[in-house]
Amino acid sequence: MNITDLTVYELKEKLDKKELTVKQITQAYIDRIIEKEPDVNAFVTPLTDTALEQADKIQEKIDNGEISATYSGIPIGIKDNICTKGVKTTCSSKMLENFVAPYNATVTEKINAEGMIDLGKLNMDEFAMGASTEYSAFKKTRNPWNLNKVPGGSSGGSAAAVAAGLVPWALGSDTGGSIRQPASFCGVVGLKPTYGLVSRYGLVAFASSLDQIGPITKDVRDSAMLLNVIAGHDEKDTTSIQTEKKDYTKALKNDVKGLKIGVPKEYFGEGINSEVKAALEKAIDEYKAMGATVEECSIPIADYALATYYIIACAEASSNLGRFDGIRYGYRTPNYESLKDIFVNSRTEGFGAEVKRRIILGTYVLSSGYYDAYYKKAQQVRTLVKKEFDKAFEKYDVLITPTSPTVAFDIGVRSNNPLEMYLADICTVSVNIAGLPGISIPCGVDSQGMPIGMQIIGKHFDEETILNAAYTYEQRVKFRDKYQPEFKNK
Amino acid sequence: MPREDYEVIIGLEVHSELSTKTKIFCSCPTEFGGAPNTHTCPVCMAMPGTLPVLNEKVVEYAVKAGLATNCEISRNSKNDRKNYFYPDLPKSYQISQFDKPLCEHGYVEIETENGPKKIRLTRIHIEEDAGKLNHDPYGRGSLVDLNRAGVPLIEIVSEPDLRSSSEVEMYMKKLKSILEYIEVSDCKMQEGSLRADVNVSIRPKGSSKLGTRTEMKNMNSFRSIVRAIEYEVDRQVEVIDNGGTITQETLRWDDVSGRTFSMRDKEDAQDYRYFPDPDLVAIKLSDEYIENIRKNLPELPESRKERYIAEYSLTEKEANILTASKYLSDMFEKASKICGNTKAVANWLLSDVSRILNEKEWEPDRIPFAAESLAELITLIEKGTISSAIAKKVLEEMFETPEKMPSKIIEEKGWVQISDEGAIKEVVLKILAANMQSVTDYKAGKDKALGFLVGQAMKETKGKANPQMLNKMFVEEINKM
Amino acid sequence: MEVSKEEILHIANLAKLKLKEEEIPEYIKNLQDILNFANIVNKAPIDGLDTAIGAIDNYNVFRKDEIKVFEDNKALLQNAPEQEDNMFKIPKVI
Repeated sequence: MNITDLTVYELKEKLDKKELTVKQITQAYIDRIIEKEPDVNAFVTPLTDTALEQADKIQEKIDNGEISATYSGIPIGIKDNICTKGVKTTCSSKMLENFVAPYNATVTEKINAEGMIDLGKLNMDEFAMGASTEYSAFKKTRNPWNLNKVPGGSSGGSAAAVAAGLVPWALGSDTGGSIRQPASFCGVVGLKPTYGLVSRYGLVAFASSLDQIGPITKDVRDSAMLLNVIAGHDEKDTTSIQTEKKDYTKALKNDVKGLKIGVPKEYFGEGINSEVKAALEKAIDEYKAMGATVEECSIPIADYALATYYIIACAEASSNLGRFDGIRYGYRTPNYESLKDIFVNSRTEGFGAEVKRRIILGTYVLSSGYYDAYYKKAQQVRTLVKKEFDKAFEKYDVLITPTSPTVAFDIGVRSNNPLEMYLADICTVSVNIAGLPGISIPCGVDSQGMPIGMQIIGKHFDEETILNAAYTYEQRVKFRDKYQPEFKNK
Repeated sequence: MPREDYEVIIGLEVHSELSTKTKIFCSCPTEFGGAPNTHTCPVCMAMPGTLPVLNEKVVEYAVKAGLATNCEISRNSKNDRKNYFYPDLPKSYQISQFDKPLCEHGYVEIETENGPKKIRLTRIHIEEDAGKLNHDPYGRGSLVDLNRAGVPLIEIVSEPDLRSSSEVEMYMKKLKSILEYIEVSDCKMQEGSLRADVNVSIRPKGSSKLGTRTEMKNMNSFRSIVRAIEYEVDRQVEVIDNGGTITQETLRWDDVSGRTFSMRDKEDAQDYRYFPDPDLVAIKLSDEYIENIRKNLPELPESRKERYIAEYSLTEKEANILTASKYLSDMFEKASKICGNTKAVANWLLSDVSRILNEKEWEPDRIPFAAESLAELITLIEKGTISSAIAKKVLEEMFETPEKMPSKIIEEKGWVQISDEGAIKEVVLKILAANMQSVTDYKAGKDKALGFLVGQAMKETKGKANPQMLNKMFVEEINKM
Repeated sequence: MEVSKEEILHIANLAKLKLKEEEIPEYIKNLQDILNFANIVNKAPIDGLDTAIGAIDNYNVFRKDEIKVFEDNKALLQNAPEQEDNMFKIPKVI
């Protein structure tokens, strides 16, 4: 048995039966990190030095019956834009290279309350802006399936770490696809919850009205389990919704008979790679075979959604990133005489190129004379997008699309073409605009053995239905039994 | 063209700090003072990842202010971000309200020489205060203290309805008084909890076109506001008379030199890029919520004034002065209740207390002693323990040592009135012996002579002799002669 | 969509970013490309639609006016690039 191959569900079973100790599990992950991290580069700040100590403490608490939380002793990795008190939170930016948050994010509190063991902070595109993790100021994370390819982004470190077995599960954040797209590129499961289901308090904001934290896991059951931990209303986040506490694992019925699936044709047109399309079509056939009803439908907003996404996300980001001014925390330029130098030089030197591009775009669309033409229009399109989805969900329980138009691309090929990089988000952004839940699960590999992701979109706060749909498919095709990352290097 | 031929147009943006216990978007205390950055938390320090949560009292207080100033209350409102960089603004945006303020279309009435005048209010909105920049004692830099960052403010924007500095002063005083009465702000101007941005322009009388305006920011005393407006109007008249044009700009009033300075930074054209704050949800107020606040509004100065005229037979002018400041009015009511002599309390507040406040250039809320002290002072006079003359001296002392009750001051100073017959007689005889001419005069029918004798006796006793007793005894002794 | 050099410098100034002379053409091109692409929002059938601020429509989420003192006040200044007397130090502002 290889400990790092086990799902959290399996780990927990073995912990409960005392077949494994917290220390054994933690040690196995540390060994795996030592072995594979040099290839993958998933961590910004590994916490392997403190993990064993933490493991001992938690084991002791378990032995003394002091902890009764469900996931005590299970290791986890956390995307580096989620604040962890006493540990650096860098957002993979030079701006926050040495920043230690004075408080914990609400999700961090929840992870800690469970007694999980934090294995480290995971790499990402700087301030979550990107689709390949190449925009990290510190390192390029590689895709465990093929080390020359990107892991996707912005939660590339989280997805790669789960795929490579460096952590059993991880937290990511998703603003326009940043959980689902890297999950798809790395052959793992990524869930973006409904906007408002998980507290954003302590998530360093990229675009406040779109950001949402979610789990990246080996399989669907783990996804439901981690969602159980992080979901719930938080009085510190007014956009988090008061909902009843659910056990999402109860939704996993392994049965989709009668499930009404809509397949929006706009997501299967031009620009979608033919192998991706073929894999999706095959997956849809599986659903039919399992007793779901499948119908092609139309959601004619895909064209507008991406433009709207970039306008809204960049506008909000331009304001959210104003606080990085070199005064209270973060990078301060050594080159200054005046206050203005501190502002301008700290920001110019502290932010990477992509972040600056987006701040410029966001500032432009909010500036006098352009607000109505761009920002205001985009907010109206947002209403349109919501309405179109509402209409679709009158007929269907879930919608199925590819997660990404392509599989993982080679490192370096897109990083110099911002617009092309933006197109990687075409299938995922409308879900954020409408605030819907979406999950990406692997549904095959292409001719080069790279994983392909299927996105299942659900109604607001109906994570249960998409989790069950994903789980039922997963049980049928058993992707993990057939394919494993090979750390190819060609 | 002489200044009288110009019409002065003034509009005000008044900022008032709300007297909530906590800040607008976090649970830090709003208390004034405190060591630097001790009233802060990750939210008001704008730590990455933090989020604002709106204080319900801020909405309530703003609605109160709106109702007390005859505003319409918006059923649908929201918070917007105003983006600009400044070291006292930690998020680099101020959460304010742009196109959907909580209150709109109100007015307040002022009493001008030509009768009552309505000053229209454009809007009242809620926003957060910024922090404070202190100067490093060695002059090497500035130091940022964020204790004030996030203290709730309302901004009250008037229409350009004000026509003179005295109207501005009346308007500001009226606003201050309303805000104090409804208990949403303590309006302590010296602590900056009431301050105004003043927009001034001029135009030839009869013209309907508005002139270019200049704005003077953050004025926090009535006196400075009046002086600044006078200066700025003169300046604008001079510029125009010399064939120049007024530039729309922000000015800084300097109290020491008595002039305004341009604050314009040519490099930094402003564009605040307002947009709805996605971290905060909409504010939707129900009729029920608004009516409930309306029902529970405390008594406003207008109605208190009318009550004073009716119940205490005060003149309109007296009632006006007493009710202009809630602090003064509350003191009047409390002291009256304790000592039972409304007329005397009113007299003391309107004459001697007001005189001392004027000398000190203080607002009534800086009266340092409690209503209990004033009530005791009046009771001591009534009981004959002290004379009115001594009482005036006691009042001066009460301003210096407000913690001491009048009885304590009298005791320490040895100012207790002489009411002992033997002692009074001794003084009377001594004065009579020295002023025989006055005795003759009095007997000849010159009543004034008695006043002179009493005055001499008061001088002799340093004002401590009971004047009624002196009077009586002088008459008795002269009649014996 | 044409973006002039003057405009991009104005925008950069608002955002407190400095663009090097040699970077300006690239920034202009990027911005133009994205704006040209984003212009599609002007073709969307949005007549009469309200603007949506966020993804969800909840409202009136307030906090009680109760003081909670942040327990780790010291940590708030631990990241300061420069400080003095528990305040953030910056060059002199007139």
